Amino acid sequence: MSDASATAERTDEGEGRQRKSPAGLLRSMELDPRLFGMLIALAVIWIVFQVWSDGTFLTPRNLWNLSVQTAVVGIMATGMVLVIVTRNIDLSVGSMLAVVGMFMGLLQAEWLPQWFGFDQPYTWLITLAAGIVLGAVIGAFQGSIIAYLGVPAFIVTLGGLLVWRGVAWWLASGRTIAPMDTNFQLLGGGSRGTIGGTWTWILAGAACVGIVALLINGRRRRRKFEFTLRPIWADVTIGVVGCTAVIVSAWVINSYPMPPGLARKYAEENGIVYPEGGLDIPLGLANPVLILIVVGLVMTFIATRVSFGRYIFAIGGNPEAAELSGIKTRWTIVRVFMLMGILVAIAAAVQTARLNAATSGLGQLAELYTIAAAVIGGTSLAGGIGTIPGAMLGALVAQSLQSGMVLIGVDAPVQDIVVGIVLVVAVALDSLYRRRLK
Amino acid sequence: MTSEAAVSTESVEPLVELRDIRVAFGGVHAVDGVTVDLYPGEVVALVGGNGAGKTTLIKTLSGAHKADSGQILVGGKAVTINNPRDAQDLGVETIYQTLALADNINAPSNIFLGREVRTRWHTLDDTAMEHASRQLMGRLNPRFRNFTVPVSSLSGGQRQSVAIARAVHFNARILIMDEPTAALGPAETEQVRDLIRQLKKEGIGIFLISHDIHDVFDLSDRISVMLQGKLVGTVNKSEVTMDEVLAMIIAGKRPGEVTDQDIRNLHG
Repeated sequence: MSDASATAERTDEGEGRQRKSPAGLLRSMELDPRLFGMLIALAVIWIVFQVWSDGTFLTPRNLWNLSVQTAVVGIMATGMVLVIVTRNIDLSVGSMLAVVGMFMGLLQAEWLPQWFGFDQPYTWLITLAAGIVLGAVIGAFQGSIIAYLGVPAFIVTLGGLLVWRGVAWWLASGRTIAPMDTNFQLLGGGSRGTIGGTWTWILAGAACVGIVALLINGRRRRRKFEFTLRPIWADVTIGVVGCTAVIVSAWVINSYPMPPGLARKYAEENGIVYPEGGLDIPLGLANPVLILIVVGLVMTFIATRVSFGRYIFAIGGNPEAAELSGIKTRWTIVRVFMLMGILVAIAAAVQTARLNAATSGLGQLAELYTIAAAVIGGTSLAGGIGTIPGAMLGALVAQSLQSGMVLIGVDAPVQDIVVGIVLVVAVALDSLYRRRLK
Repeated sequence: MTSEAAVSTESVEPLVELRDIRVAFGGVHAVDGVTVDLYPGEVVALVGGNGAGKTTLIKTLSGAHKADSGQILVGGKAVTINNPRDAQDLGVETIYQTLALADNINAPSNIFLGREVRTRWHTLDDTAMEHASRQLMGRLNPRFRNFTVPVSSLSGGQRQSVAIARAVHFNARILIMDEPTAALGPAETEQVRDLIRQLKKEGIGIFLISHDIHDVFDLSDRISVMLQGKLVGTVNKSEVTMDEVLAMIIAGKRPGEVTDQDIRNLHG
C-alpha cells in the first residue's frame, strides 16, 4: 500500500502540465494567472500615463505619492476581501472610518490633554489602541447582527453607513478637530513620517532574505514528504524576479529626496553644512505604506496559513458544508467583521494623521473604492474566491488610474466615468476567464 | 415474525441506539418515534420512499439537526449531540448525499476541514495534510491525483472519494452514508461497495441510506424501513425477500402481514 501511494506521489501532476505555453509556464511556477494579468494591466496603465503625461507619471516623486495615496483604501481592501469571500459585504467602512477617525481626533486633541497635557509621548499609542478597540467593537456589533440574527450584511451595513456617519457628526457637532498629536501625525506620512533611506534599504534587504527563505523552506517541506518539487528554474525565477522588484521599488522610493526646506533643517540638526546645490537625502518609505505592507503580510498570513482563514474560504465555498464540518460559522463571520473594523481603524488613523485633522466627512465613498479595489483584484462577489495581494494590487490599479488622470488634467466627472467603466470591465473579463476555465 | 428481528451479535453491546426519536418541522412529524440500533461490524440499511424521514433521523445522530425528543446512546451511554463537532467527538462520521464539500478549496483542505493538522507554531501544515491525503487516497482510490486543485474541478466519483476520505480518516466507529452511490458510475459504485465491506471487517458500524434495493441487499445485515416518519420495522436481510421489503417500503406492511394480493399490486 505504501508503495502504491509513493508512486502516486511521484507520478502525479505531470499530467496536464504543458511547459511550453505561457499558461503552462505560469502553472509550473504555481503563480496565479489572474494576479499576473493584473500586473500586466497595471504596467499598461502606467506606460499609457507615462506617455500621455510627457514623462511625469513614472517619476520617483509621483510614484512615492501614489504609494501613500493607495495606503488607506489598500488597508481596508485586505479586510473587504475576506468579508466578500464569506458572501457578505460591508458598506459601512467609509462611515466607520469617519466615526473612528473622529473619536481618535477627539481623544488625542481634546480628551486626553485634559488629563495629561499636550504632546505626551504615548498619546499616539493610546489613541491608536483605543481606535482599534472601537473599530473592533463596531465590527463585532454589526457582525453579530448579521451572523446571529440573520439580517443580510447588505442591510446591516447600509444601516451602518447612515448611522456611523451621523454619529461621527454628532460626536463633535460637525466641528473639525485639529491639529493632531505630533507623534500621531507621523502615521500619515508627510515629509517627516517616513522611515528614511537607510531603513528602506534594510527593509528591502530583509524582504529579499524573506523571499529566499520562503522558497527554500517550501522545497525543504516538500522534499521531506517526497512530493514532486517545483522545477528549480521556476523557484530561481520567482526568487530573482521577486528580489528585483523589491530592490527596484526601494531604489525608486529612495530616489525621491527631501524637499529643500526639510533638508536644510535636517542639515542643521545633524551639523552638516547645507551645500549650495541642495542636499540629496532620500525620504524613504512613507509610514502609511509601511503600515500597508505590514497589514498585507499579516492578512495574507491569516488568510492562508491559519485555520481561521481556511474556515473563511470554506464558508464562502459552501456554508452548509462548513457548518457540517464542525466549524463555528457564525462566530467566524463575527470575527471577519471584527477584523474589518480593526483595519478600518488603522486606515482611519492613517487618514486623520495625513490630513492632520478629523472631520465627520472623512472617508466619504471609501466603501465603494474599497469594494472596487477588492473586486478589481479578483474577489468574486459570489463568495469563496479572492486574495489579499490581489486586493492590494486592485487598490493600486484604481489609485493609479485616478492619480494618472489628475496628472494629465482630466475633469473630475470624467475620472468617475473611467473608474466606473474599468470596474465593470475588470469584472467582465474575470467572469469570462472563469467561464473559460470551466 | 412478531418481534423485532433478532441480531446474531446479541451478546455485544450496540454501538448506537436511537430511541423513540421525534423531529417535527412546524406541524409535520418528519420523524415520529423511531427506534433503531447498530452493532459493531454491522451494516444497517435505512430505506423508505422520498420524505420517509431517513435523512432527518440520521441527522439527529450526525449533529446536523437536534431531535425534539428521544434518546441517543453511543456505546451504551446516553449522549447529547448538539452539533456536528459533538458527533465527530463520539466517533460518528457522516457522508452526506450532497457530499458537503467546499468547492473552492482543494481535496486535502476538505478532508481536514475543521480538524486541520497544525505545525508547532499553530499554523496550517498543508504539506502534512497533503501527504496524509495522498496516503489515504492510495488506499481508497489509487487513481486520484488532483490534490492541489479546487474540488469543483473534480468528477463526481472523485468528489465522492474526497467525502469518503474525510469520513474514514479520523478513525470513525460509526459511519453514516447517505446515498453513497447515487451519483456514481458502475466502476465507482463497485469501489464504494468494496470499501463498505472492508470497513465492516474493521468493525465499523455503518448506517446506509439507499434507494437502490440491490445495494441494500448486497451490503446490509439488517434493514430498517421507514414510511411517513414512522418505523415500519427492522428485519434481518437473510430472512426476507426483496418483494417483502418493497411491500414494507410502499405499503408499510411487515412481512407477516403481506398478502399475495399486495405482492401482485407491487408488480402492477
